Amino acid sequence: MNWDVLFDFSPFGKESSEVLQAFWATVRLSVMTGVLSLVFGTVLVAMRVSPTPVLRRAGTVYVNIFRNTPLTLILVFTSLGLHDTLGISVSSGISANAYWLAVFGFTAYTSAFVCEALRAGINTVPIGQAEAARAIGLPFAQSLRLVILPQAFRASIAPLGSTLIAMIKNSTVVSVAGYIESAGQMKQMFDDYGATLPIFLGFAAAFMVLTLPAGLLTSYLAKRLAVVR
Amino acid sequence: MTDSAGGPELTKGGDVAPEDTPVGEPLVVLEHVNKYFGELHVLKDIDLTINRGEVVVVIGPSGGGKSTLCRSINRLEPIDGGTILVDGAKLPEEGKQLARLRADVGMVFQSFNLFAHKTILQNVTLGPIKVRKVAKAEAEKQAMELLERVGIAAQAEKFPAQLSGGQQQRAAIARALAMKPKVMLFDEPTSALDPEMVKEVLDVMTGLAADGMTMIVVTHEMGFARRAAQKVVFMADGQIVEESTPDEFFTNARTERARDFLSKILSH
Repeated sequence: MNWDVLFDFSPFGKESSEVLQAFWATVRLSVMTGVLSLVFGTVLVAMRVSPTPVLRRAGTVYVNIFRNTPLTLILVFTSLGLHDTLGISVSSGISANAYWLAVFGFTAYTSAFVCEALRAGINTVPIGQAEAARAIGLPFAQSLRLVILPQAFRASIAPLGSTLIAMIKNSTVVSVAGYIESAGQMKQMFDDYGATLPIFLGFAAAFMVLTLPAGLLTSYLAKRLAVVR
Repeated sequence: MTDSAGGPELTKGGDVAPEDTPVGEPLVVLEHVNKYFGELHVLKDIDLTINRGEVVVVIGPSGGGKSTLCRSINRLEPIDGGTILVDGAKLPEEGKQLARLRADVGMVFQSFNLFAHKTILQNVTLGPIKVRKVAKAEAEKQAMELLERVGIAAQAEKFPAQLSGGQQQRAAIARALAMKPKVMLFDEPTSALDPEMVKEVLDVMTGLAADGMTMIVVTHEMGFARRAAQKVVFMADGQIVEESTPDEFFTNARTERARDFLSKILSH
């Protein structure tokens, strides 16, 4: 047994530029997906609580489909189905195309969870808040935007934080869609250098650099912005 | 009339100002109003007319339909039959027209329902700015006048949770008044208050009544009913059992049901 291998972090030195690039790819993917999911998740939750039955139903169907389908399948669908079979291309560059297809599939999936986190937040807002908003003459959209959602967002920060952390870790699945990020790079290095503990630890630490602050920040904000009743 | 219902005309698009209906003319008219909660028939063929400038107190045992009646007037509870007219216009279904009507009907809730994430001042200015399209500075000026009037101007920058129940309810009254409503609905406004705070809220309401505001008040405060109301409506089991002046009602109730109710609440 060659014990040196256990403490050999040298592959990171040799592949530093690739590793950094892969890490950046993870960050880029996570940030874009995070922002788009927040926007689309808000649209979905607005549909789910709207007074229009058709919209409510559509929102519910969407959430149930995407929340219950494995992310891998959704990403395979975006890369094989949308791109290879249907020939849908969003960019001429191969890597840019892979990126946007990954963002697309990943957002479709994450939005369902954002929607449900927000809906849990809406349920913490007493019904009287909505009634008071209606009573002063605010129509549904304005009641939602000015009174309900601001309070719901604050109550949703903690669950949204969990969704965010899960999303960052889920980004490792995206390599199936042909987009090389940290997990793809790790697998590559396992192939080249052998599956050693240091390589594994290095990538695990890299993810914690993203997920730990995300968790700490959202816990802090949840406490700081909590609505006192 | 003071700034509560008069003042500069702020409504957009030539809405009817409160003054347009002369005092004494019907302002809120309920005809054959029926409402069910599932099997339960909570409003049974209600006919009621509230004239402009009139203060009507609705009393009666719990579960008798008082709150439902009050909430149906701005359609927080949709009705299943009959018509409700506010200032001559039939209550619209959902949508923009309903929102417009609600802006003209002030509502004060038992649990205050101030917007928890906004300051007292923001609570009062939200409606005027977003619904009436009043400029922010003007809305704030009027809001401060209203807060002054209900005696909590010093609390303007605080959040609802920092205020006592009585202060919150007075803020809620100011929020409703800021819309310059034609009629004010009070749904048990003092029921959630500590006893020593009831008076400060009732004082504000009595002042409003004296200023000529049309008010429909669901309450158990018999003193307020005697002092400020022109009409008492006694409701039980979803029906209006008796409708008369406060004096007549409290001293000489016509129905057995009302006498029974009064004996229970006035006996100690």
